[in-house]
Amino acid sequence: MKSVTLQGNLTLDLDGFVLDSGDFELPLSGVTVLFGRSGSGKSTLLRAISGLDKRTRGQLMFGDTLWQSGKQHRPTAERDIGFVFQDAALFPHLSVRQNLDYGIKRLPKGKAPADFDQIVERVGVGHLLDRDIGFLSGGERQRVAIARALLMQPKLLCMDEPLSALDWRAKAELLTLIEELVESLQLPVLYITHDPMEVERLADQVVLMADGRIQSVEPLAQLLNRADSPLFDHQGAVSVLQTHPLESGDVSQVRVADQILSLSGARAAKGRRPSKRQLSRVRILARDVTLALEDPHKISTSNHLVATVAELIDQDDHSRLVRLKLNDEQTFFAEVTHDSAQRLQLSPGLVVFALIKSVVLNR
Amino acid sequence: MTLFGIEIEWSPIWLTLEIATLTTLVLLVLGTPLAWWMARMKSSNKVLLEALVALPLVLPPTVLGFYLLIIMNPNGMVTETLSWFGYEGQLTFSKTGLVIGSVFYSLPFAVQPLMHAFETIPDRLLDAAATLRASFLDRFRTIVMPLARRGFLTAATLSFAHTVGEFGVVLMVGGNIPGETRMVSIAIFDHVESLEYAQAHLLSAMMLVFSLAVLMLVYGLNRKFEVKVG
Repeated sequence: MKSVTLQGNLTLDLDGFVLDSGDFELPLSGVTVLFGRSGSGKSTLLRAISGLDKRTRGQLMFGDTLWQSGKQHRPTAERDIGFVFQDAALFPHLSVRQNLDYGIKRLPKGKAPADFDQIVERVGVGHLLDRDIGFLSGGERQRVAIARALLMQPKLLCMDEPLSALDWRAKAELLTLIEELVESLQLPVLYITHDPMEVERLADQVVLMADGRIQSVEPLAQLLNRADSPLFDHQGAVSVLQTHPLESGDVSQVRVADQILSLSGARAAKGRRPSKRQLSRVRILARDVTLALEDPHKISTSNHLVATVAELIDQDDHSRLVRLKLNDEQTFFAEVTHDSAQRLQLSPGLVVFALIKSVVLNR
Repeated sequence: MTLFGIEIEWSPIWLTLEIATLTTLVLLVLGTPLAWWMARMKSSNKVLLEALVALPLVLPPTVLGFYLLIIMNPNGMVTETLSWFGYEGQLTFSKTGLVIGSVFYSLPFAVQPLMHAFETIPDRLLDAAATLRASFLDRFRTIVMPLARRGFLTAATLSFAHTVGEFGVVLMVGGNIPGETRMVSIAIFDHVESLEYAQAHLLSAMMLVFSLAVLMLVYGLNRKFEVKVG
């Protein structure tokens, strides 16, 4: 069976900016992140896909449904999408409950809204229902916006930088909420961000955008595998490993390639339960990985993974990226200096111990 | 009825209120789409339109009245065209003509507050409503109108009050036919001309009180209906 996709080729000529997406085909499952610098056309593409800009031209098919053909387009209202805007876009003259009801009232007769109480509880806005919009915090506003979108039972959820206006604490809470919703609702999501961290936590596949054009669509793992991945920022290379929960139910550790990783940071300590899930992601910075030729025991770092050197990549700044492969074929990066690489005589095929200082659970 | 021993002439007062009410209604109906269109306009034509709408603010009313008189003359194109559609009578020196003249004269007082109110409504609220399945008219009714209600109130009150206070255009287009086109401002002028200061005083004082009351109403409502957008 062919999987359902969103495919098309859209152009949108705004004054001073032109979106010319090129042919694209996005899987309608999991989270597809549109990533790129500001001004790369992410939001414009999302608006074009949602039908929010009437100047959009081109082709767009959502599964078997035609959304756009030339100038002809299906109105936004009939596309079955939920949209969460950067600043929530709640209606200021209505209460929280009225905001949530706005869409429900307008659903066509044949379409039932989502279970109100369930969504409200899950998104955590139950205690806000009778509030005025003006008295909500940034995080609360965004939660209401998410609930409002989900109540429509959309077939696609579009999120345009939903976290960018929030402080770090609200951002962390919302990210966790979005992760949980994505997993439990099985709803395809198009998610815009320019924050690599959000990509690494949420993305299943990444659409790279630059100058109003789609540069590539690739799975997150593949994108992170590139030594020059656009996701790497001032912290350098980052790896994400898929890990399994322990049978014992211990939430502070996960299993990867038959080895055990201890999780660091507040997220593990707070007792989030990766065991509920089949797979969880951990995030490792290449600069947090130290390489040793034998397993040192008298050392504070507790994570020692056995891995094979797959490739050495010279960096601009006299450092080398070492691509390491686990026996389940997953790879991750370690960053070492040129000197260290020579001293240890690192070369492909060599088995090393990767000492990892910090392993952060993603989801 | 008399006040301070002077007979109140009701006919110009009723006429004035009638013309002002009609003008306000016409301005709200025509001014709303015009103001919306201008508020969302991005091209440089907006400057020209804004200037055109604001013209009655700076033009001597007699100039506006003079051009309207020419355009609406009984043998002119406009009247002829209207007569094909079954309109009997003439536009000048009639109530219809007065309303048309007042609409032009008070146009900026309706369009400017509406336009400014519409401009403060963020596009993304309308986008959000569209994703919640609201059609354009639905969005206009449920998002734009409530958020712009101050603009509507200001537009309605100012158009009404401004029409009540007009003189030049009315004199040029309507003339001074008692019961037909003789509005309060004309009546006052007439009384002064005929040195009937008592009657002039009475009408003038009534206008003064009325205007003050209207302005206080506008500012009071503005305060009460303050809407925070954001």
